[in-house]
Amino acid sequence: MHSFVQTYGAHPLHLVSLLVSFVVAGFATFQLLSSNALSVAVWFVGAAVLHDLVLLPAYAAVDRLVKGRHHDRIERSRPRPWANYVRVPLALSGMLLLMFLPAIFRLVEGYEATTGLSADGYAWRWLAVSAVLFVGAGLAYLVRGRQHAADG
Amino acid sequence: MVDESHPSCLARTASAGSRWHKNRLRTAALSAETTASGYGHRVGAHVEQSAGRLSQLRQAVAEHPPPGPTRPAFWRSPLRGPWLTSVFGAILLIGIPVLFVTGLLSYAAYNPELAGNDKTPGAGPLAFYLFDWPTSPTWFYRVNQGLHVTLGLVLVPVLLAKLWSVIPKLFTWPPVRSLAHGLERLSLLLLVGGVVFEFVTGVMNIQYWYAFPASFYPLHFYGAWIFMAGFVTHVGLKLPTLVRSLRSGSLREVARTDTAHTRPEPPDEHGLVSPDPAPATISRRGALAAVGGGSLLILALTAGQSVGGVLRRTALLAPRYTDPGNGPNGFQVNKTAEALGLTDAASDPSWRLELRGGESMSFDREQLLGLAQHTAALPIACVEGWSTSAQSWTGVRLRDLALLAGVSEPASVLVESLQDGGFGTVRLRGNQVLDPDSLLALRVNGAELSLDHGFPARVIVPNNPGVHNTKWVKRLTFEV
Repeated sequence: MHSFVQTYGAHPLHLVSLLVSFVVAGFATFQLLSSNALSVAVWFVGAAVLHDLVLLPAYAAVDRLVKGRHHDRIERSRPRPWANYVRVPLALSGMLLLMFLPAIFRLVEGYEATTGLSADGYAWRWLAVSAVLFVGAGLAYLVRGRQHAADG
Repeated sequence: MVDESHPSCLARTASAGSRWHKNRLRTAALSAETTASGYGHRVGAHVEQSAGRLSQLRQAVAEHPPPGPTRPAFWRSPLRGPWLTSVFGAILLIGIPVLFVTGLLSYAAYNPELAGNDKTPGAGPLAFYLFDWPTSPTWFYRVNQGLHVTLGLVLVPVLLAKLWSVIPKLFTWPPVRSLAHGLERLSLLLLVGGVVFEFVTGVMNIQYWYAFPASFYPLHFYGAWIFMAGFVTHVGLKLPTLVRSLRSGSLREVARTDTAHTRPEPPDEHGLVSPDPAPATISRRGALAAVGGGSLLILALTAGQSVGGVLRRTALLAPRYTDPGNGPNGFQVNKTAEALGLTDAASDPSWRLELRGGESMSFDREQLLGLAQHTAALPIACVEGWSTSAQSWTGVRLRDLALLAGVSEPASVLVESLQDGGFGTVRLRGNQVLDPDSLLALRVNGAELSLDHGFPARVIVPNNPGVHNTKWVKRLTFEV
């Protein structure tokens, strides 16, 4: 047992549970790849890669721009007092844009014919929701932000 | 920047380098000796020695990650830590199983065991749980799909936050520490690849953006199983950590702590807490409120399409934000007659319904209206999550039609539509035929069916997925 743990790096149950999971996932993968295997595999792995190596670094970079750099960690730099009142609505608005991209940018040609509904207005409604978020945050900043900044 | 903050790092590199160098000399001397004295027990010593060298090399590599995200100090958020990750994890631990179960139920609702119905005929053991889909409660499929889709959307911010909170682990150094570590990381690919794949395909599908590389049904179904294989293992391995981490902090304490007083979590063995945290720019309660607020925002902007009525207009960004019109036929249409090119065929006055079973016969619309009419109040509920409130459908009971066709106890009925392909042909089970509210509807809300709602005749069955309530029916074959 001890030598197993040393060689493998964890308890045998760890190995058993992983193997069981790989059997299930392996079967599902085999079925998943039964048509258009390469593209499906690219989508599956690409999903993780795009999130971890593109989306996350991208929004982290935008966030850094908004909140400002930490110049020196010894002389504790103060965050911009308004930063969170921009970051939060920006994050929410950006997330809605990402989620409803097909509707907002009218990427689906058949939407109107399929549903019998108008495809107009998603972009405007997204802008309106975003405006409400930013204005709401702005008002919150006016009411509380200055006081918070004063408190440090 | 990271290097400068860790001068000790450089010193360690140098010393490890010289250790490694000395070791190499020693090994060279040893192998010369081995060659000279022939093979014997010294070979064993040699292997042991090079194993030792290998492990030292491994250790040297492990201790010196290349600059960038593989160095723990690259990650500077003071909020990251096992407690925060566990809060998001706990929410997903409740939410993901609900998504999975509602998804499995939706698969069962298509009665995939009946010939021709299964969109994933290779499911084999993954379809182990199937059962005869019931016709009551009539609202069940509607609630199931509303829950599946709306909860999925609502969990997006939580999922993004969870993935953000563990991102340093992606760059953990060395990339593989042991066989166990390597296998666990592979299962994390199932987990992360799977969850993003499922959310992306789901969100695209409800917006009719079929840009993915195969039919939605197999992608989302098998993707779910791959993801769940990773999820169950992950929960099994991490649940103790989750419980311990949640206990290490207090939500109440976090709720009382503003940005200025927000401190990093204590150093952890998981590598989540930054060794070089920046000052907090947002409090933990602020971050949690932003994520929770995001979820509430999505709920507010989408749930209306699954509730209907006046609330539909609150679903500002949902695909079914408005109704297609007013009047008796002014409720949601899955696919219009025009989109399917059925306008002429469906309005052709020579249309006749063919009945098959023990006997074959056909009816024109007037004759059908002359049969005993029954009215049932039933919703339309789509796999995409949107639904309508109950509509008042009037038509001939399917069981009466079965009797006319000479089949009193049908095992199933093959429903054929004027529509080719897609869901133009489906099978319903005997229990669905025999339910007194299952109709071949001719009228809705007191008016003739519109073309878009399936004129001249459509099937409506309680608790049935929308696409199995076949429109523009041309033939019913009752099967024993």
